[in-house]
Amino acid sequence: MLARIWQWKVAGHVARKLATIFALVLLGGLLSATLVRMAPGFDADEHALDPSLSAESVRALHQARAGEHNLISFYYGYLRGALHGDLGISHALGQPVQSLLRERWPVTARSVGLGLLLAWTMGAGLAFTACLWRRPAYEVLGITLSGAFLCIPAAALALLSVILNAPGYLAIALIVFPKIYRYSRNLLAKAYTLPHITAARARGLSELRILGWHVLPVAGPQLMALAGITVSIAIGASIPVESLCGLPGIGQLAWQAALSRDLPLLVNLTVVVTLVTLLANSVADVMIYMVGLRDA
Amino acid sequence: MFACIVVLAVCALSLSANWLAPSGYAKQFRDAPSSPPSRQHWLGTDDIGRDRFARVLYGTRISLLLAPAAALVSTALAALVGGLAGYLGGIWLRIARGFTDLFLSLPWLFLLITVRALMPLNVSPLVSVLITFLILGLLGWAASARVLSTSADALRNSDFVLQARASGLHGSRLFLIHVLPNLKPVLYAQFWISIPVFILSEANLGILGLGVAEPLPSWGSLLRELEGMISFREEPWRLVPLVLLIVVMTSFQLLLSNEELTA
Repeated sequence: MLARIWQWKVAGHVARKLATIFALVLLGGLLSATLVRMAPGFDADEHALDPSLSAESVRALHQARAGEHNLISFYYGYLRGALHGDLGISHALGQPVQSLLRERWPVTARSVGLGLLLAWTMGAGLAFTACLWRRPAYEVLGITLSGAFLCIPAAALALLSVILNAPGYLAIALIVFPKIYRYSRNLLAKAYTLPHITAARARGLSELRILGWHVLPVAGPQLMALAGITVSIAIGASIPVESLCGLPGIGQLAWQAALSRDLPLLVNLTVVVTLVTLLANSVADVMIYMVGLRDA
Repeated sequence: MFACIVVLAVCALSLSANWLAPSGYAKQFRDAPSSPPSRQHWLGTDDIGRDRFARVLYGTRISLLLAPAAALVSTALAALVGGLAGYLGGIWLRIARGFTDLFLSLPWLFLLITVRALMPLNVSPLVSVLITFLILGLLGWAASARVLSTSADALRNSDFVLQARASGLHGSRLFLIHVLPNLKPVLYAQFWISIPVFILSEANLGILGLGVAEPLPSWGSLLRELEGMISFREEPWRLVPLVLLIVVMTSFQLLLSNEELTA
């Protein structure tokens, strides 16, 4: 019976989260569509400048874009198309947005995934080491490394990785690592000051046991929240890294869309990126909720 | 103290660019393109013969002076949205938090390049400076607004505000006399936190070719020169803008830790 109540509570929380994500993505899409509609030069179509086109062809081009003039009908048309799997055509690349996303998503997933894995290994590893062994050398190493990488722009790190022939995911890892180290270090340090940890230490419990049984349950939920946030940071970092390292992923696509002012592609990318980051944050949030329910 | 001296020294250097590098950032020495450091050009010249030292000084001036201006805009917006929402509470606070959540759910750099792309790209250098830093100021308010709304919400329920309310003080007078002055430390902290964030963001936009337009230099456009580098040993003086940026950012980090403590 208790298990069923637990399941219902979790399912309710997940449903609320999904509804929030749905509303935020819709709102985000509407906002970006509004911005696109208001952007200077929205009405201009460079194809219409082609001198070989007849007056009728130019008129046909203008008519084809006439539906985009009204914001509501533009966004409604976009949503209706999206529901049927049609995300429109990229103006600059002349390809369906859907196929562009399908082609490039695996590259980003790989570089972001590997980057996050490496960043968490370095950041959390260094933070745990500093807290477990409490030697000044580990503290100094962690603070110096994270401070140094915090001071370098993400795009400059990408350029440095190109010069050093390092893989793109390493640049993503180095961009995300300082945030992971600093937050997890602070969380662990705060957890270690709690009175029950001091009591456990006074009773002679080993450091590993204290970490596993007393510190992690306290810092765990916030570390999960941090995991959700780092996905968003890594996706943001993928833009300069993929653009400058020549990786054909979503980040490079966003950069190309920005440079060529490919506005329909930008709307779609905004929606996709919002969806992914919200999903990552929500997964972390649901896990925190489940841990909270279990402890209660 | 040391960090403060470093930041002030770099500011002073950049402000004295007119005397230190009288040739200016745009003058081309066509007979000496891509030349190594010399007595005439302390950091050599770039691919089209412009004095790199002059460009570093002028670029530093643009990045260092306009980032605080953008931080001022974003902090003012954050005070308006976050401070008022926290003070009003209820539905206003929920709406403001939903809006800030939406802003924060998008990766910062993605949001920046998307909005920058919506603005005209082929504009005069001065307009590009304005657009770049205005975008930073107008988009960078969300995180600060979140913090300010929480602080203002706590102040709304504090004893002295309740007492002021009971004494008949309401509306904007209560906000301006009792709430806003107590938000000052948070506002200062948010202002200082925003400056290095905006310096880095401008550098990122510049490297990606979406920042300040040529021939005006900025740290972003100067770092873009690293794109053509093959190894560090080849032309190490090209790394000077990056080293300068790291030094200034480190100083800001040190200053910030003090500022946060005092706040």
